Amino acid sequence: MDAIQRNLLEQVAGLHEIPAGAYNIRANGQMAARNTTANIDIVTKKDCSGIDIRIRPGTRNESVHIPVVLSQSGLKESVYNDFFVGEDADVTIIAGCGIHNSGDGASEHSGIHRFYVGKNAKVRYVEKHYGSGDGNGERIMNPATEIHLDQGASLEMDTVQIKGIDSTKRVTKAEVAEGASLVIREKIMTHGRQYAETDFSVDMNGDDSSVNLISRSVAKEHSRQLFKSRIVGNGKCHGHSECDAIIMDAASVSAIPELTANNIDANLIHEAAIGKIAGEQLMKLMTLGLTEKEAEEQIVNGFLK
Amino acid sequence: MLELKGVCYSAEDESREAEILKDINVTIDDRFIAVTGPNGSGKSTLAKIVAGILKPTAGQILLDGVDITDLSITERANLGISFAFQQPVRFKGITVRELLSIAAGKNASMAEICNMLSEVGLCARDYVNREVNASLSGGELKRIEIAMIMARGTKVSIFDEPEAGIDLWSFQNLIHVFEKMHEEINGSILIISHQERILNIADRIILLADGQIKKVGSKEEVIPELLGAGAHCKTLTDKL
Repeated sequence: MDAIQRNLLEQVAGLHEIPAGAYNIRANGQMAARNTTANIDIVTKKDCSGIDIRIRPGTRNESVHIPVVLSQSGLKESVYNDFFVGEDADVTIIAGCGIHNSGDGASEHSGIHRFYVGKNAKVRYVEKHYGSGDGNGERIMNPATEIHLDQGASLEMDTVQIKGIDSTKRVTKAEVAEGASLVIREKIMTHGRQYAETDFSVDMNGDDSSVNLISRSVAKEHSRQLFKSRIVGNGKCHGHSECDAIIMDAASVSAIPELTANNIDANLIHEAAIGKIAGEQLMKLMTLGLTEKEAEEQIVNGFLK
Repeated sequence: MLELKGVCYSAEDESREAEILKDINVTIDDRFIAVTGPNGSGKSTLAKIVAGILKPTAGQILLDGVDITDLSITERANLGISFAFQQPVRFKGITVRELLSIAAGKNASMAEICNMLSEVGLCARDYVNREVNASLSGGELKRIEIAMIMARGTKVSIFDEPEAGIDLWSFQNLIHVFEKMHEEINGSILIISHQERILNIADRIILLADGQIKKVGSKEEVIPELLGAGAHCKTLTDKL
């Protein structure tokens, strides 16, 4: 692995060295390194590009890293990764994709992640997207996530895209069974002429299921963002979605929420707020000695932290 | 020393122009000066003009003899003016520690934060990592706002109705905070207030009414004027 790839790896997975536990590192479309443990097996798919990650029931406090880095300009790939998490397991999964494009061809990574989470299992899933390189070639990422939560299971997903991705369409679909809970926190910052689209669709199919979608984003310069969320309550359940966006310069942000209650005890809420940085926030920080620009940075950094 | 010379401020409201401050002339070199007067008399406008949030339509503001009339909010803050808002601002994602660190102009340690917050009756352990967002009550925000001004410790500290939104018990503590500041400060405190107990600890009181200074003096001289400060019609005067 070269220096560019190592830097990408650090950006998306916080990895300086080879991680502890199970991992699979993919670089420019090839497997670069893999490790399995007694409880976590990783197998290359035969029918398409990607891997199966099998986590045995009852596995506790283990982690899986599956970062992807692309530094070859013009490379386009679609990768299918399936996670089978056994009953009562409690694990952390760290995915992420970094693209460095210093050429003229568009580099594109589409990661399709499917999670089958068994009864009462707990998963923390962290996903980070990052782009760098000064070429004219676009950096494109289209992550798709499909989540199936069995009874009493829970999944918490943190997804972050702060810099450098020209175009992204992020589709997340989930079905949540009785007593299961899903939390998704998304943070996005776009600038230049970037476009980011988020599309959540969650069906709560059992009683006492819950979902909480929280999106915070900042759109700068001429960038555009679209936030779509669809929550369906088919039982006694609790659904909440929140889209909170700061808009700057000549950017544009749309939020399209959709809530459907098919049960008298389904409790669904959506909140959306889009607006520029409040003038009084800038003024307060300026009375503390910051310049307008410094104040703006503080507010944006805090908002996306 | 803060001097206001012939300061006027008018705001355009649809078609007519409202004169909010009319020819304000005052020198502030006291340790503790209170500004009082009826609602709408121009007190908050005066504070905002000193902090640089509003630009006067005429007149000059001098800080230690230097004309600061055309300086920005940031430049004035760096020259030594602090301003506690009447309605403190909320920030999603910025913690109490970060805000106090910005105010202090350095990365404040836990011990320093503890020191700042205990001055306003808050326990640092409960607040240091809290976000300054809607989860804090109005009273809590108000105290954090005051702690920020104390952390800055500048030449001129302006408080716009610090008592507003604070419960009675906390008000007792607030009085102690200002009494202590009065003893320790190496500059001037300018406090806008309606509270007699705050006016009582002031060295001097400025009475504003209808955009003009009606009286400047000790509390014995000014407080009797307070009730007659607004110009009312006969029906209203009879009921007062």
